[in-house]
Amino acid sequence: MASIKPRVKAPKTASAGEVVSIKTLISHPMESGQRKDKDGATIPRQIINKFTATFNGAMVFACDLEPSVSANPYFEFQMTVPETGVLAFEWVDDDGSIYTDEKTITVA
Amino acid sequence: MNRYALGVGAAAMVVGAAALADPNTDVALEIDGVAIKTIAASAHADNPIGDTLISGWHYRNDETRALQLDDFDNPAFLAVELGRELWEAADGASGKSCADCHGGIDGFAGLRANMPKWSEAAGRPLTLEQWINWSRKEHQGAEPWKWESEQMLGMTAAIAVESRGMPMDVQTDGPMAEWFEKGRDLYYTRTGQLDFACASCHEANSGMMLRADHLSQGHLNGFPTYRLKWQGIGSIHRRLKGCVQDTRAEPYAVGSDELVALELYVSWRGEGLDIEAPAVRQ
Repeated sequence: MASIKPRVKAPKTASAGEVVSIKTLISHPMESGQRKDKDGATIPRQIINKFTATFNGAMVFACDLEPSVSANPYFEFQMTVPETGVLAFEWVDDDGSIYTDEKTITVA
Repeated sequence: MNRYALGVGAAAMVVGAAALADPNTDVALEIDGVAIKTIAASAHADNPIGDTLISGWHYRNDETRALQLDDFDNPAFLAVELGRELWEAADGASGKSCADCHGGIDGFAGLRANMPKWSEAAGRPLTLEQWINWSRKEHQGAEPWKWESEQMLGMTAAIAVESRGMPMDVQTDGPMAEWFEKGRDLYYTRTGQLDFACASCHEANSGMMLRADHLSQGHLNGFPTYRLKWQGIGSIHRRLKGCVQDTRAEPYAVGSDELVALELYVSWRGEGLDIEAPAVRQ
C-alpha cells in the first residue's frame, strides 16, 4: 500500500510506575522471498527483520521477524514507565534501511 | 468412559454454537469519543428488515470488532492515509489537486452518507467512485482511477471517514425512483445455480449461520471495508459481486447500472444507521 512508514501510539503522560500500552505499526510489503512473479522469476525477499524499542537507552522490547510475518507488521506491548523519558523505536529492513520513530513520555 | 465424556463435550459445543449465532448487541461502537449508531430504529416503516437495524459489526467476533475501536488498530487506515496524501497531490492536465478546489477534505463530511447521488450532468445516479472519476476528468483533466485500485479505495476511504457517525441518507424519490425500483427488483431476483436472491440470506435467514459465516442484515454503512479475507480494503461493488458469485451466478461488473441500483436500494434499507466506514469485517 502506501510507502514504508512507521507509526507509534503511546501516551504522552503517565504516572511513575504506571503500566502503559504501546502500539506500533509499520507499513511494509514483507515480501517473503517465496513468491514468483508472472514470468516465473523469484521475487526477492524484503522484510523487516528486526524491531527494537528502548526507553532512555534501555531495551524494553525486541524481536526478530521471519518471512512468514504478514505485511504491515503490528506490535503492541506493555511497559512500566519509571520516569520521564524517550521511547525510541527501530525497524531494520533487509535492504539495510533503518526506520525510526520516537515518543516522549512525561511522568507528572 | 472416554466415549461418554466426548459425547457430553460435543453436546456442549452444539449449545455454544447456537448461542453464538445471535449478533452481539451488548456492545457499543465508540471511536475517539464519537458514538456511532450501529443499532438503530429503521427510518422507514416499510423497511422489510423490520424495526431494528443492526450493523454487521455486531455479527463479528470480539477480536474483529476490537480492530475497529481504535483507528490505530484499524488496518483500513493505511488506505485513509494514502487517500489524504492523494487529496493534496496535483494530478492531470490542470495541475490541480482536490484540495485546490475543494479545500479541506472535511468539507465532504456527510457526502458518503448520501451515496449514490443523482447527477444532473450525467442524468443518472453516481456512486462515490464515479463522482471521483467524474471530477478527475472534468476538473483535473486526469485519467480515471480503476474501481478497485489502491488510489480509488484510498480516496473513497478518506472521504467516507469524514462522514463517520452521520446517518445514512439517500435520495429515492424524483429521478432516483426508477433506480430504486430497479434495485429492489434485483434484491429479490433469484440468480445462479443455487437460485438465491439477496433476500434469501440477508432477509429470510439473517442471524443464521451459513456454514462458517454469520449472516448479517447486509448493510453498506461500513464501506469501503477492510476484510480480513481480502487482506485489504474493498468497495461496495466488490462485496456485492462476491455475493452474486456465491450464488454461482455471473456477477454484474463493478460500476454497472445493476450494482449502482442495488447499492441505492441496499443503502435505503440501512437508513437509521450511521456511517462507520472504514469498517473491519471477517
